[in-house]
Amino acid sequence: MATSDKWRFPMTPTRYVLLVLGALGMLLMVYRLVFGLGSATNLNNEWPWGLWIGFDVLTGVALAGGGYSTALLVHIMGIKKFSPIARSAMLTSLIGYLLVMAGLFMDIGRWFNFWRPFVSWGYHSVLFEVFWCISLYTMIQLLEFGEVATEKVQKRWHGIFKKIMPVLLIIGVLLPTLHQSSLGSLYVIEVGKLYPLWWSMLLPVFFLMSSFFVGPAMVTVETMLAGRAHGHKVDLGVLQSLIKVSGYMMLVYLVMKVVDLVYRGAAGLVFQGNLEGNMFLLEMVAGIIIPIIICFSPKLRASKGGLVTFGVLVVAGVIINRMNVVFTGMSGFMGGFYFPSVIEWLVSIGLIAIGVLGYLFVVENFNILPKHRHGRATDSNVPAEDKGAVKYSV
Amino acid sequence: MSKGVLVDLTKCVGCGSCMVACKMWNKLQYTRTASDKGGEASLDAENWTVVNKVETKKGNESVWRFVKNQCLHCEEPACASACFSKAIKKTKDGPVVYDANLCVGCRYCMLACPFNIPKYEWDKTFPQVRKCQMCSDRLHAGESPACVGVCPAGALTYGDRHNLLSQAREKINSDSSYIKHIYGEKEAGGTAWLYISDVPFEALGFRTNITTRPLPQYTESILSLTPAVGLGWGALLTGMYVYNRRRNEIARENKSGKDNG
Ligand code: SF4
Ligand code: SF4
Repeated sequence: MATSDKWRFPMTPTRYVLLVLGALGMLLMVYRLVFGLGSATNLNNEWPWGLWIGFDVLTGVALAGGGYSTALLVHIMGIKKFSPIARSAMLTSLIGYLLVMAGLFMDIGRWFNFWRPFVSWGYHSVLFEVFWCISLYTMIQLLEFGEVATEKVQKRWHGIFKKIMPVLLIIGVLLPTLHQSSLGSLYVIEVGKLYPLWWSMLLPVFFLMSSFFVGPAMVTVETMLAGRAHGHKVDLGVLQSLIKVSGYMMLVYLVMKVVDLVYRGAAGLVFQGNLEGNMFLLEMVAGIIIPIIICFSPKLRASKGGLVTFGVLVVAGVIINRMNVVFTGMSGFMGGFYFPSVIEWLVSIGLIAIGVLGYLFVVENFNILPKHRHGRATDSNVPAEDKGAVKYSV
Repeated sequence: MSKGVLVDLTKCVGCGSCMVACKMWNKLQYTRTASDKGGEASLDAENWTVVNKVETKKGNESVWRFVKNQCLHCEEPACASACFSKAIKKTKDGPVVYDANLCVGCRYCMLACPFNIPKYEWDKTFPQVRKCQMCSDRLHAGESPACVGVCPAGALTYGDRHNLLSQAREKINSDSSYIKHIYGEKEAGGTAWLYISDVPFEALGFRTNITTRPLPQYTESILSLTPAVGLGWGALLTGMYVYNRRRNEIARENKSGKDNG
């Protein structure tokens, strides 16, 4: 048996902090649900969408994309060398989506009506597709997790989960492809409102591609962090080949961006020195061009520092991109002013804290991370944190 | 027959009767936060129409113009196409109406509207989206919108949209003081409310660079690809999966026994 039946969650100072942040976030979420959006947020008629939609949802979904890109590479395309990171990537993605669902729920004004789109079909709305796909995909991911969970609890169900995995995996790659791009389509209707550096009929393609290439970057960052927290050796070789997948995709993305800008006659806007132009440059240079350089110079790619830099930059680049679409690119048209309220920040931070705690709990109690190769000490005297690294079974 | 209103901005005297009539008919509050008349007047949850005073130049002389603003009731409304629970619909008569019972409160309609019309009840626990409904119940009963009925200056004309269009065209062509443009004829694919003016529309705060292609078409052209992309990609994924599993099985058989590394 790979996992022991006992549950454990050793508390550390960091975890206490996370727990407090999470609890505070929850409390404020209740406040928001009771007293309404107006009293909890700084949203207003000029800025109907703010931090929760912009960061928790649009950015969150992209960052949680590591799950579907890994599932595609490992389980569908059958690239076995990536399998050691598969479970971890898919778990992060599941947690990410659960947080996105929570963020979305916070953001809808009439939350008792959240189920309406399931029966009153506004199918001509992009949001309709986003809503259905995200809800279904979260369900699918929960079921996929069933395969992992039944290794420890309700073991008699394990066989069934194993059987339905192929279907789940295929749907689980299909749905994100659809809604990652639809998140971009959401802004296609902002014709003439969203700054031309970002508005394009290709927005869905750009959103899809970036959600895909940010996957390996997220996995790299997570693996490094998890490696430190759980003391297992990170296999740099796996990460190196993984980020090359990103690199090629980013090259195509870069070329498409340039062609699109030139084609739409918006290229001149890049070097205007205004806020929009500079933010666009930041996004492209820090988030795309530098990482591509790291990725394709073997020396940099082979070093741990290079890998981490790559991961952090790509993730930051995608965050900046989404923020640019939601805020920078809209501000010229919207007028008014918006800066997230303390409650908005604390709810977002609280959600992330809960996510991290959830991840730690699952990693320490289920088969998620590969067993570290340098197996010293017997189980009984490994430090508590270390015990999380359990045997990974293919 | 789709109805509309023609606003002749040269006739408006800025009395504000329309906005009072709107408040009374729709039982809207007078708020202290947003004014409904004057330079800073802005639409909000309780102000479904406002009359903005604009000081501008006509030739060399300074002039005042009064601009009534409200939902333009687009022929193909972006707000309705953006709503994922069908809470906003275009009726046969012309008004674009909102049903609070279906609304989830996502506020995507507010982002989608090219004229930034829908507003939100930010101070409520369960806020509604609020905007001019073009008095759809009155229209349905064969009456004109409340604002049109009270205008003492004859600035507002209610009627069939296409009649109003020919009326407007006649007016601007026969009188050289008018700008040769009917605002709302083509903007965002056409709107039920139409404006004519003797001062350029951009000087009056109108958004003039609006696409003439109906906004829903942009998203529809993308959404219509979904089934094909979904089916094609799904088939491809299944194919890849089956192929790779088969390949792995064969590899395993060849190795015979040495599996699960
Ligand atoms: S003006 Fe805006 S709110 Fe009114 S119908 Fe058109 S899109 Fe909808
Ligand atoms: S806020 Fe309400 S009316 Fe507006 S798009 Fe969302 S669900 Fe529809």
